[in-house]
Amino acid sequence: MTHETLSSSSSQAPAAASAWTVTTRNRASSVAALLIVAVLLAGIAAPLFASRSVLQDLFFILTMLTLAQCWNLLAGYAGLVSVGQQAFVGFGAYVMAASVALGGFDPVVAILFGGLAAMLLSVPTALFVFRLHGAYFAIGTWVIAEVVRLLLAQWKALGGGTGTSLPTGVARELPGVRLVADWFGVRPAQAADMVYYWLALLLACAAIGFAYRLLRSKQGLGLAAVRDNGQAARAVGIDPNRIRFAVYLAAAFVTGLAGALIYLQKARISPDAAFSVTDWTAYVIFIVVIGGIGTIEGPIIGVVVFFILRNLFADYGSWYLLVLGLLGIAIMLFAPRGLWGLFTERTGIQLFPVRRILAGGPLTKTIKGGPHG
Amino acid sequence: MAILALENLSKSFGALKVADDVSFTLEEGEALGIIGPNGAGKSSLFNLINGNLRVDSGRILFDGADVTRQPPMARCLAGIGRTFQIPQPFQQLTVFENLLVAAAYGARKTEREVSDRCADILVATGLIARANQPAGSLGLLQRKRLELARALATDPRVLLLDEIAGGLTEAECGELVETIRSIHARGTAIIWVEHVLHALNSVVSRLLVLNFGKVIGIGRPAEIMESQAVRQIYLGIDV
Repeated sequence: MTHETLSSSSSQAPAAASAWTVTTRNRASSVAALLIVAVLLAGIAAPLFASRSVLQDLFFILTMLTLAQCWNLLAGYAGLVSVGQQAFVGFGAYVMAASVALGGFDPVVAILFGGLAAMLLSVPTALFVFRLHGAYFAIGTWVIAEVVRLLLAQWKALGGGTGTSLPTGVARELPGVRLVADWFGVRPAQAADMVYYWLALLLACAAIGFAYRLLRSKQGLGLAAVRDNGQAARAVGIDPNRIRFAVYLAAAFVTGLAGALIYLQKARISPDAAFSVTDWTAYVIFIVVIGGIGTIEGPIIGVVVFFILRNLFADYGSWYLLVLGLLGIAIMLFAPRGLWGLFTERTGIQLFPVRRILAGGPLTKTIKGGPHG
Repeated sequence: MAILALENLSKSFGALKVADDVSFTLEEGEALGIIGPNGAGKSSLFNLINGNLRVDSGRILFDGADVTRQPPMARCLAGIGRTFQIPQPFQQLTVFENLLVAAAYGARKTEREVSDRCADILVATGLIARANQPAGSLGLLQRKRLELARALATDPRVLLLDEIAGGLTEAECGELVETIRSIHARGTAIIWVEHVLHALNSVVSRLLVLNFGKVIGIGRPAEIMESQAVRQIYLGIDV
């Protein structure tokens, strides 16, 4: 222990002390930033050379990625293992459908309504499930999702238990569809697929951008502290419930947006599909777990693996689910930090670095000090 | 004026009384030591002061304001910092990030505003060489230092130290005493629970003895160590 006095550590540090620098960047991440920009540009341009079926696959990948980022934020960072995210997918989708079919709103406005409605739903939900912990929290979120499904199945105007189709021509009313059709000389149906794709890309990028910004902010550090040790977090002035509540609300909003967009593209909605625990939570958990929970890169890897498996095994019915399950178990046992975790442990590469690295002149000088350092 | 005042504080878990009508005051900038046998309620008293435990009855005044019903985070913001007897680091964060988050929240500042101060605290507590290591990779001694460093980062007016010298060698203990003295010299009031009496007595100006949740005695260290009741109860000497 060096016997420096604490004089310079009084709350107003003089300018002379600022020989310290703090950075989250490393060499790999600068290269990664370029890579990300390149992928993003290719993503934006994809509809110009990709076929409709490829665009629909990419739409699926991007919307699942959005859901996975949300669940990862909840479970991987806030310690909230929800198995009831389908409540927000379904509720967002239903509010979107009602806004379009009954309210006659513009589809993009209807998507926003879906997200806002999901966030509103998350407030009373949180008041209930935040009293529960661990497994009880998980079950509680599932119960709420079932309750919302059963309630919406009573909504006769939207087809009750069997569901309903959105009015034909909704796709053509999407802002920009006519413009895209004219510019690229494609039929309106294809133009609509292009616009859906761009919306999904925007949403996925926004979800990743939001998660990354959050993790690099003071709140992100607070969230990590709460996850690591709630009691110590309270002792240094962090309110765990407030920070978890904020994350829960934000995740519900984005999940609701994704649900609304998914069902706008499907153009058909039913309670069983929109509140499916398999589609909107089990697959999402699988994506996050095999990719790497608690990292932004993990869900990106996970969704690609999931998509490949789905295409390889989709024709084998229950074998497909068996393979997914076994793979999930194998990863949990042998690589609990997921595929990205395996990769980053060996290479140290991070595409989205969040660690604050302290560097500076005094650091190199004092390193040799300390008899038991 | 007293920075901290406990008035008739009581807390029990079933039949076990961990605080039994405890009253004392801590003056601004004072250093108070607390001793007592294992299970006397020393750590519980800290948990009551910082809000980890709720009192059954009695009041806690901090800087004249009643904080009895306030949660731990509000008390931290008011200026009560603490260490834990069993270190509770944020395992996956680095040592530096442990301080950063404590300083940013505990002193209501931005990360940028507090990063220099955090680095200085790391230097002063001898942790600077470990700044970028995950806190989970530290050994016990470093974890204890991290407890102290993180509590300091919240910029406390009252610092509660819970057996921070336990398990240290003579030399390490001497360094720790120096560090605590320099913290005290800055005007931070300290309550220090410790079994290592010579370390404690070289810093504090008053000692409080606790047994079965009761205050047995409070006064100058020399007087306390001489008192019959203390020798009987705490040192186990039959008179």
